[in-house]
Formats: sequence, structure tokens, C-alpha cells
Amino acid sequence: MRYLSARWLTVYAVTYMIFLYAPVILLPLFAFNTSTIVAFPLTGFTTEWFVGLWHTETLHVALWNSAKVAVSTALLSTLLGAFAARASARFAFPGKTGIVGLIMLPLVLPEIIIAVALLIMLNQLGLPLSLWTVVAGHVLICTPFSIAILSSAYRGLDRELEEASLDLGESRWGTFRRITLPLVLPGIISSLLITFTISLDEFIIAFFLTGTDVTLPVYIWSQLRFPAKLPSVMALGTILLALSILLLIVAEALRRRSAARQGIDTTLAGV
Amino acid sequence: MAENATRPMIAITDVVKKFGTFTALHGITADIAEGEFFSLLGPSGCGKTTLLRMLAGFEPPTGGTISIDGKDMSGIAANARPTNMVFQSYAIFPHLNVEENVGYGLKTRRMPKAQIKAEVDKVLALVDMANYGKRKAHELSGGQRQRVALARALVMRPKVILLDEPLSALDKKLRDQMQVELRALQRSIGITFILVTHDQEEALIMSDRIAVMFEGRIEQMDKPEGLYRHPVNKRVASFIGVMNFLPAVARDETQDTITLDIPSLGTTIIPRDRLGSSISVRDITTVGVRPEMLTLLFDANDTSEHEVEAEVVDSQYYGDMTYYGVRLRGQDAPVTISMRNTAGRSVAAPGSTVRVGWGAESIVVFRD
Repeated sequence: MRYLSARWLTVYAVTYMIFLYAPVILLPLFAFNTSTIVAFPLTGFTTEWFVGLWHTETLHVALWNSAKVAVSTALLSTLLGAFAARASARFAFPGKTGIVGLIMLPLVLPEIIIAVALLIMLNQLGLPLSLWTVVAGHVLICTPFSIAILSSAYRGLDRELEEASLDLGESRWGTFRRITLPLVLPGIISSLLITFTISLDEFIIAFFLTGTDVTLPVYIWSQLRFPAKLPSVMALGTILLALSILLLIVAEALRRRSAARQGIDTTLAGV
Repeated sequence: MAENATRPMIAITDVVKKFGTFTALHGITADIAEGEFFSLLGPSGCGKTTLLRMLAGFEPPTGGTISIDGKDMSGIAANARPTNMVFQSYAIFPHLNVEENVGYGLKTRRMPKAQIKAEVDKVLALVDMANYGKRKAHELSGGQRQRVALARALVMRPKVILLDEPLSALDKKLRDQMQVELRALQRSIGITFILVTHDQEEALIMSDRIAVMFEGRIEQMDKPEGLYRHPVNKRVASFIGVMNFLPAVARDETQDTITLDIPSLGTTIIPRDRLGSSISVRDITTVGVRPEMLTLLFDANDTSEHEVEAEVVDSQYYGDMTYYGVRLRGQDAPVTISMRNTAGRSVAAPGSTVRVGWGAESIVVFRD
């Protein structure tokens, strides 16, 4: 079975990691560089670009818009995801595979197709573009992620646990509060964090569906037209990168905790 | 209390359960007395678990009625019934510790904390788990989980405890021990127990009465000894214990007796009352013989009501017992004969010829 030596596998793995993460490392590197021109060699260390961000009013507006969109998206898609995951994990109904497949489809559909289709539809309906239309688009692409995360949480929830609670005299609502919710809560939080992150850095749908209120990624894109603003964008990107990584780590930690509580496999394969 | 003597704790009347076009239960009727240890025994898919779940209130019957302690249970949800269940998976709440699991139901009754603690401690002591209160489910062994699940049901002081294959996940040795413990516990507290099991030995050991179920029907309902000694048909006979089947015909009958011709053994006369009322003489094509009801006559002085010569095919030595495979005259498949290994008796070697002793008492008669 030794088709590849360990040596070559190491080389492959290292190359792969460089390919994946080198561009990401460049981001903070230039964000702290004094020169406005993004090029080597580095000229010196500064935090001026970060300070500059603090004083940019339009950025704050975009950030606030993004926060509103991301929070709404996270709540809505997790709610929808919870319903769908519960139904698919607990009940058998005709056409289940087909329906679940259709809900999961946006996961693999090109975002630009979704964005254009939504734009055409909104125009036809005569609905004005606003942050709400962005939320609608984001919910569409975030719900599948939410379903995937929550399905694994619900699958680990043995049906007999809820029956045992009812059998011990607890009401349906009491059973949900004392048994179901505590056991799937880590999954719900994990879903909220991941959908929040996806919505926060989503560009294409936001770009097509946003009206006059821009979200953060759209704002960043608009700044790219001015070469002098490039280091500020780098600084902003660095902050977003750190935030995203942090949120994803928290989400994964919670998901694993939930799995461990129920005593099931803690690898991502369970999703 | 006088009425309790006549009124059954559980009355199941003509209960039918359909899942779509599939009929899981065809008109089940059974009365279960207060304090009885009653078992539903049958192979998987016979409907025994469905019946148990209907008693618990998880499934509504399609037809018929179930009443518990004189009250009709139709429309009464699981959380309002005087029953508690021990689940096959035990269903120990994984995020709560043992004490919280056992106290769960008392908390729904809004019982004061101190009283819950006292009740939980008492029942944990009863199931021998007094020092495990702070453990979580994943820190318990299978047997300990089983005890916690039982304690969680017992603490509610239900009228009936329902047990869904509670010992099937345990290893043989622990299972044997728990069977005895569970039975002793049930006797001491006097609560009605209903056990679902596919293990005939378990049902025989633990139950006051057993309902043997096949394909959604109760085939026979009797005390363990009655089931073992007088199975109504071949299916029950082969499900309970080991049974040798031998072709036979009824040759002659009188008011009180039947003369049976069993080609591989010989002819014998049995009293007519050995046939249940549902069996007619013409129905007899096969008789049954339990392994312990045939004897190998090792010693020349050993005698028996009847005897035939046979050849030993193989033997399985169990220490206290030896099970012999013995080929009777004109019968290809060997019959099983069990013999107690008393002092000074050697095991008969395969190939040797032996005398097989039997009597009219050895023969079990039933429908096909």
C-alpha cells in the first residue's frame, strides 16, 4: 500500500498549507506596514491604518448594517433550520428525501445565480431593495448550514429521552425546556455563530440586493477603487479575519461539547 | 379494597393496532391482576412492544379499550397515566446526574426539594446505587444504568411499571443476577410489573404469568409451568424451552383415554384430560417430549414404564448436565435427552447403543 513515501506526503501537505494560508498571512502583514503601496519589502510598523478605521464614518454605518443583517440572518436561518432538522430527524413523510434535498440545494448553487435570480424576482414583485432583501438572500444560503449542524444535534437526541420525560409526568413544553433544549442548545449556538459569520462576510448577494445601505463587504469592495485606501482595507480585513476565526472556533467547540454530552462521535464527519 | 380483589389492575379488551395497512395487533384481550409480574413473550415483530407502548400511552389503540385501575385510558396521555416505563435504552438523561434523573418526575410534581432528596436517596438505596448520586449517565456501567432507570420509575410509586426488554443489553452473568434481583424487588414492593421480552428463559424465571405472542395475537397465556408442560401448539412448544417433536397418531380412544402410536418410541395410553378442550383427537399428528422427560437407562437394573433401544450420536457436557443427541428407530433427526451427571455415572460415548426410558407422562400433546 506504500504508493507515496512519507516524505512526499509531507511535501504535499506543506505546499498545500502554504497555498491555503499564504494570502491570508499577507493580510495582517500589510495592515501593519507603513507604506501605502502593497508590495515588498516592508517599510516599517504602524497601527495608523487601524486608527484611521476608527474615524471613518461610512465604515461604521456599513458595519452597523452588516451587524443588523448578520444577526437577523442568524436568528431566522437557525429557526428555520431547527424546524427542518427536527422534522427530518424525527419524522418520516412522503417525499422527505426530495424536500430535504431541495432545501440543501443552495449549498451547492453558485451564489451569483441565486443573487441574479433573487434580483429579477424582487424587481418583478416591485419590492424595493433594502437590508431586508439582503437578509432574505442570506437566509436562503445560510439555512442549509443551519440544518446540517442542527440535524447532527437532533440525531444524537434519542427519541426515548423525550418519551421518558413525558412518561415521568412532564408536559410537552416542560419536556422541551428540560430535556430537548439543553441537549440541542450547543448545536443552536453553533448554528447561530456560523450563520452569523457567513452572512457577515457574504459579498455577492449583498452586492446585488443591497439598496443604498451597504454592508461591510460591499463597502470594502467600493474602497478598493482608491489605491490609497488599500492599507485600511487590509486592516479591516485583518480584524474581520480574527473575528471569523474566533467565532468558528467557539462554534466548533460548542458543537463538540454537545456531541460529548450525548456521548457521540465528536469529529466533523457526523455533520 | 374489596373491589380490588375482583377488578384487574389492567384490563385490555379487544385491542387492535394498525399502522397503515399493517395490523400489528389483532384483538388482544388480557386481564392483569394487582401485584402480578406479567410477561409479554414473543419473537421480535410479534407486537409485544407495541402493546406495552399503548399501555404507557405512547400509541393510541386503533380499536378496543385499555383500563388501568378501573379507569378507561382512552385519550389519556402518557404524562397523566399511573404507569412508568423502564426503556430498552434506559433513556437516562445524559445532561443530568443520577440524583437529578431519579428526581426528575418528582420535580414535575412540584415536590419540595428536601422531600425529593429524601425520596431519591431511599430509592437509590433500594436499587443498591446509594453512592452514585452525583455520577452522570456516561460514567455508569450497563447494569448501573438499568438500576437508575428502574429507580426513576419506582420513585414515582406508579400503579404499574412497564419494562421494555430491560435486561437485553446486559451480559449473561449480570442478566441472570438482575433477573433474580428484579423479581425479588417486585415481590417485596408489590407493584404490578409488565415485562416485554423475547427471552423465554427470562420470562419463565421472573413471571407469575406469561402471554406468548406471535404475529399480533396472544397464542397462549398461562403460568410458567403451565406453558412449559402444556403448550397449546407446536409454535409455543418450540418457543418455550427445548422440545423434541415426534410424529404420532391416535389409534384408539375411550371415554377417558387415548391410545397413541408413536412409531419411534412405541404405543402408550394417555388420559384424555391431557388434551386441552380445544384439541380433538383427529388433530394429533405430532407429540412433544422434553429432553428431561426421556431417560438413558445406563444401568442394567434401571427400569422405566416403556423403553426402546437407540444410538448415541453426540453429547454436550455442561458439568452438571449432559445433553445427548440420540437417534431413535426410524427417525433421522436425533432427539435431545438431558441427563443429570450424578456421582459415578460416565458419559455415554457416541456410537454406543443405549436404552431410552419413557412413559405416558413424558408425552406432550398439542395442536399443530
